[in-house]
Amino acid sequence: MSELPALAWLYAQLSLVAVGGGNTILPEMQRQVVNVHGWMTGQEFAALYALAQAAPGPNMLVSALVGWRVAGLPGALVATGSLCAPSSLLSYVVSGAWFRFRDARWRRVVQAGLTPVTVGLVMAGATMLTEATSVDWRFAALTAAATLVLTLTRLSPLVVLAGGAALGASGLL
Amino acid sequence: MQAALRPNADPPTIGALFAGFFSIGICGFGGVLPWARRMIVEQRRWLTAAEFTDLLALCQFLPGPNIINLSVALGSRFRGPRGALAAFFGLMSAPMVIILLLGVLYERYSGLPGVRPMFAGLAAAASGLVLSTALKIAAPLRHNLRDVLLAVGSWAVIVLLHVPLIPAMLVLAPLGILLAARAHR
Repeated sequence: MSELPALAWLYAQLSLVAVGGGNTILPEMQRQVVNVHGWMTGQEFAALYALAQAAPGPNMLVSALVGWRVAGLPGALVATGSLCAPSSLLSYVVSGAWFRFRDARWRRVVQAGLTPVTVGLVMAGATMLTEATSVDWRFAALTAAATLVLTLTRLSPLVVLAGGAALGASGLL
Repeated sequence: MQAALRPNADPPTIGALFAGFFSIGICGFGGVLPWARRMIVEQRRWLTAAEFTDLLALCQFLPGPNIINLSVALGSRFRGPRGALAAFFGLMSAPMVIILLLGVLYERYSGLPGVRPMFAGLAAAASGLVLSTALKIAAPLRHNLRDVLLAVGSWAVIVLLHVPLIPAMLVLAPLGILLAARAHR
């Protein structure tokens, strides 16, 4: 129970810095959950993230799994609620006024300036996840193959995730 | 075709907002935005395609998960605070239950001998999914040296220097905006 305030504080902060969608905060979530709070290992975090990718709905629901792991059902609700509430309140307040400055030059400048930062942060999250899941060269090769397939073909991510799980379960790796 | 996609004259009810976003929540495997567009523009005709694109730009501009911002913005636009809550809970309720069931299964069975390698394989493939997402959003930037340097710099600050995200953002975001403003002048 004592972890609930820590979960709430962590996810409320992440909510407001999640520019360009949810994947931006992945590296920080991993750093906080694994290194700062020591709630789980990097491998466990990667497994929970993979589970959230394989489920329907917004993939930032990994917050629910982290919360669940740390403090059960209250943890899941507190973590997800804290991740959604600040940004949702902001959307609620701003969306009414949006049409007034939708063509404003400063809006395009801000967006152009944030995009490269978003790219770097998503890449950082991908790097840290890959470090955690590459337990040996065979799993690193699986990640490389999945990256190639998903980048160069239009195959559904679900098929690739299922293929990875099947390869792991088969004992070939 | 244009006439067929004109939005409905009557704004959706609270129940319709819940039901519409509920259908997005249960469909959205591997990214919910394509499903959101289908439901909002093509099936229920709550917005025109242009209105949807404009609202999506706002939701991508604001922090937080885009689809959640979209549910709140659209719900409040039609039915105020109650509409925002209906759309939000419609979107989140089913995925939340499903993910917790998966979490329970994982917790119960992850100790079994055959299950751990399965999750290791799933996780390695998921790393590939994030890498390919990163490559896809990075691709349009590759012709602009300024953008490439800023992206690589942002990556290095987090991965090599281990700077926490919030102080990093306090420097990187203004830097990016400053550089973009100089280039757009």
